[in-house]
Amino acid sequence: MKKSRLTMRILSYFILLLGLGVVAVPIWYMVSTAFKPQTMVFELPPQIWPNPSTLDNFVKALTTDRFGLYFWNSLKVTLATTTLTVLVSSMLAYAFARLKFPGKEILFYILLLGMMVPPVMLIIPQFIVAHKLDLYNNLWGLVLVYVTMNISMQTFLLRGVFEDVPRDLEEAAMIDGGSPFTIFTKIVLPLSGPGLAVVVINSFLYSWEEYTWANVNIGDSINRTLPIGIALFQSEHLTEWGQVFAASLIALIPVVLVFILFQRYFVQGISTTGIKG
Amino acid sequence: MRIKKARNQIIPAIIFLLPGFALLVVFFLGPLLYSFRISFFDWNFVHPERSVFVGFNNYITQLKSQIFQRAVLNTAVYTVITVTVKMVLGFAIAVILNQSLRGRTFFRVAYYLPVITSWVIVSLLFTYMFSGMGGLVNYFLKDVLHAISKNIMWLADDILALVPVVLVDIWKGVGWATVIFLAGLQGIPTELLEAAQVDGANRWQRLMRIMLPMMRGTLVFLLVVLVLGGLNAYVPFQLITRGAPQDMTHSILTLMYRATFSRMDFGNGAAISYLLTIFVFVLSLVQLKLLRKPAGE
Repeated sequence: MKKSRLTMRILSYFILLLGLGVVAVPIWYMVSTAFKPQTMVFELPPQIWPNPSTLDNFVKALTTDRFGLYFWNSLKVTLATTTLTVLVSSMLAYAFARLKFPGKEILFYILLLGMMVPPVMLIIPQFIVAHKLDLYNNLWGLVLVYVTMNISMQTFLLRGVFEDVPRDLEEAAMIDGGSPFTIFTKIVLPLSGPGLAVVVINSFLYSWEEYTWANVNIGDSINRTLPIGIALFQSEHLTEWGQVFAASLIALIPVVLVFILFQRYFVQGISTTGIKG
Repeated sequence: MRIKKARNQIIPAIIFLLPGFALLVVFFLGPLLYSFRISFFDWNFVHPERSVFVGFNNYITQLKSQIFQRAVLNTAVYTVITVTVKMVLGFAIAVILNQSLRGRTFFRVAYYLPVITSWVIVSLLFTYMFSGMGGLVNYFLKDVLHAISKNIMWLADDILALVPVVLVDIWKGVGWATVIFLAGLQGIPTELLEAAQVDGANRWQRLMRIMLPMMRGTLVFLLVVLVLGGLNAYVPFQLITRGAPQDMTHSILTLMYRATFSRMDFGNGAAISYLLTIFVFVLSLVQLKLLRKPAGE
């Protein structure tokens, strides 16, 4: 009995370490290539750490190749998208969790439709709409579409969170003459911190890495976000992998920061969506 | 009193719902219907009023086109392989991580790293690793394992080009499946498993008779979400194969993109996206039906 337990334990660690290797090799290859001079990009056998190593790729990415500008564009789009998604979806979620109004069920089904339609199929008409509203080649065109594509899922998630806020508190506030707006801002929102954190993470990651729509809606290079900037750079400079990955690593900094800061909410957010589904 | 209260809430409800539904109407519902209309026209992007109604022609053109059929096949193969592998590996790792092991938090975080890395970056990374000359994969196969005698030109072959596309999806996606499975496993009461163990059920029996049936919800959720994601594959195909060689390595959506924005043929592009949607819809119904609890259980 004890022996079989030990074998299982060893086997478990063996599989976990093997998996770790599979995860780690591409990441290591990306990081080390970012520090390689161009002449070493295809050098084999690969060195664990490039010798000589260089910071040139990072310097070039940020100065001559305008990745600094793309970073700034991505940051603006992501901050605006995240703020608006939290605002709009928490308002929707509050209405569906707490308010009484005619047509509630039908409206909720329409909202859920947004989770079922594949987003890419909307790209053609969204492109036409963006043209008509003068949002083509405009960062707001990205923000508004990102918020729209996100609110169904995030509202669904937040509705569950808001329903768990104890009703006694709200009823007490209501008796004191509080309107739905005071209840929403003074009671429901402050008590839903972790749920809102999950929405922040989801919309942050989505808009930071979105490529498909940005690639369609952005024409001028000054409005590019990081994912398009990186992809286009690679297609124009086919072999300059050092710079591609230097830019990629710069692009990953905010993601890793968010991941570290919100680690515990990550798992929570995933399990909420997982169990709800 | 009750009626008054209900009426009082209509105005706040409108205010709370307005921003969200305004966005949904303009950027979601409107486009959804508009795209349906476009799919029946030879659409003129510059002068929409000059578009010619062609009935089902765009649909028929696509269904008959070899490039479209190949894109459907590519997408289907990609979906079947990636979903199966991700579910099996994700489940196995979740079961391992569900034990009280030292360092399990570390492994969980490490396995999740590929998930948060963006699609664009990992697609480029795999393109680089699968380079025909000087790529890491060829080096490993040829000089370390001696499994091949000369470099494979992965991206020049219409079947081999799908290998990096499939692998990148698995590499990036297993961590997510693992975390979802872990959440599902934690929902199984430990007393139940212990009771079964006392009654003499071995590992395999506990897995098949208790864990899997108790996780039906998680399984259905994962299957539906992963299949939907697979059918909608876009970025890895677009950045790794770009459809080459000879448009034989498109996914349905990269083909849609090419029809629409490279050829400005919006009608055919819209028809492709609706064909995909119909397929997704039917498949979701079938999946839900197949996985519904058998009667009497």
